[in-house]
Amino acid sequence: MHSFDLSMEHITKIEGDASISVKVEDDKVTDVKFQTVEYKRFFTEAMKGKAIMAIPAHLARICGTCSNAHIMAAIEACEDALDITPSEQTEVMRALTMHGLVVRDHALHLYLFSLPDVYGKDAFLDLDENIPEEHQILHDGFEIKAAGNFLATLIAGRSVHAQYPTIGGFLHFPDKAGIDEAVAKLAAARPAALRLIKIFQDQPFHFDRKTNYQALVPDGNFGYIKGAIRTSRGEVFPEKEYRNLLEHVALPYSQASAYQYKGESYMVGSLARLNIAKDKLHPKTKESIPDTLALFPSTDIFHNNLAQAIEILHSIDESIELLTSRTFAPEPLIKKPARDAVGIGVVEAPRGTLYHKIVLGADGTIKEGEVIVPTGQNQINIEQDVGRLIEEKLAQGVEREKLPMEMEKLIRAYDPCMSCAAHFLKVKWG
Amino acid sequence: METPQKIAIGWFSFSCCEDSTVVFTELMNDHWQEWKRIFDFRHVKVLKTNNIMDAFDIAFIEGAMASPEHVEKLKHIRSISKKLVAIGECAVNGGPSSQRNKFTPEQKASIQFLVERFGALPEVLKVSDVVPVDASVPGCPMNTDMFMKAVSGLIAELRPDLVPPAPAVAN
Repeated sequence: MHSFDLSMEHITKIEGDASISVKVEDDKVTDVKFQTVEYKRFFTEAMKGKAIMAIPAHLARICGTCSNAHIMAAIEACEDALDITPSEQTEVMRALTMHGLVVRDHALHLYLFSLPDVYGKDAFLDLDENIPEEHQILHDGFEIKAAGNFLATLIAGRSVHAQYPTIGGFLHFPDKAGIDEAVAKLAAARPAALRLIKIFQDQPFHFDRKTNYQALVPDGNFGYIKGAIRTSRGEVFPEKEYRNLLEHVALPYSQASAYQYKGESYMVGSLARLNIAKDKLHPKTKESIPDTLALFPSTDIFHNNLAQAIEILHSIDESIELLTSRTFAPEPLIKKPARDAVGIGVVEAPRGTLYHKIVLGADGTIKEGEVIVPTGQNQINIEQDVGRLIEEKLAQGVEREKLPMEMEKLIRAYDPCMSCAAHFLKVKWG
Repeated sequence: METPQKIAIGWFSFSCCEDSTVVFTELMNDHWQEWKRIFDFRHVKVLKTNNIMDAFDIAFIEGAMASPEHVEKLKHIRSISKKLVAIGECAVNGGPSSQRNKFTPEQKASIQFLVERFGALPEVLKVSDVVPVDASVPGCPMNTDMFMKAVSGLIAELRPDLVPPAPAVAN
């Protein structure tokens, strides 16, 4: 029988800085703490008194890698408060902004963070260019990332802290040459996305534990901005009722907040989206990978990697269709006067459901705000998975020295974002 | 033929949103083959697990200093690095990470218990408040042209033998 404490500081190849500690007594895990080791930057406190126009760019700075998702959620919340309905073209350009983000961000996670585990390497760049398979993967990884980056830059101005999307519309519009180049790059990256799906379908890691899932699901095609929040219990909530879905759990040991639903942990992110809404994927995506999609719904957390690879393919197919089936023309911003109102914005960030709320005053400044990020919602699920993983590995006779790597692989599969998780004051409910 | 030693680099993120780390990985889309040839990614947590903290030719510092531990770590990095580059708005000027420095007395009072609970510094510091800086790349995220220029300049200064050959000019 084993009794020991295990702790890892500065988990590598994730977004931001996190640590994990596990207490084991007689082969049973009695405590798990997954925590950010980043310092709060007090974004929700700093919102107070700012002009509403400054809010999307302000909240983008919560996180570098998810920044364009924060911009979309903040714009939606601000437009909700101002009673602005965006134009059809604006909605398409916002969808494309999110597709660019998903392609770029999932590729970063899958190639640079998770793929080295599959190939037993320390780093993606350690793959050997002289071995044809590894040579192909190296080039695939940078090609997909570059295609997503190009799309985000074309539509939104930058793939990080985009300058073109704003309240009421866009400040810049894509030209024909840029659209043609984006379509060419995305089409060229499609075979690489299919190879990536194969890699993560065949990867040798598996960890099953039944849990609950939540995702924002559109009425139409699979997407990341519109729709209602659905749970794996079959419930449907409009965005404005999001508070009914989130029970705050205080974690005295962490600078982050955690959430549960109906007293149980749940998961958000690509796996949740595929489990709940795989039927809404682009027809071309569904046609290309029927056997892969048959694996969902899945309770294997390592299928979150596979689900991300599938979302890259979907976002490529959806983007190509959007870019080639319409034209884009300059439009003026839709403007409305400030009023006393509450605005809610909900989007599916790459890592899961992201909630923004603002309380606007008639003077055009923000009275208060609230931001709830995916990693906070996954926190308890991650801790419960790590506890089960350690018990299973001990029962299988895995040596203690190998446990840290097993924990890291599992945590990496969640694709946690600690920059997002760290920086909020405790949420006050009611 | 003996392979010439590469330039040892470290990339460190302190209090920030890591936007410049993301931009750094996007620059790799076009430059990874060249960088793999000339750089020893000795301590780059976003890229690898087995990071080594011994000596760096160039240390890139992203983010501001929010705790006494940050300050000590930054001083240590400075002591083992030939060149130190501040990367992005938070490192260069404090940026959004230091927004609490400018809070009203009421706002400061409302966050004080969290500042104390986690042992944060009373005021967030930019990199040059703590150690001498050899080059700065401002921007939120960092300006990529300035980054590439700063890197080229440092390579030319530290290791002229590794400066990439100028691209061939077509007639």
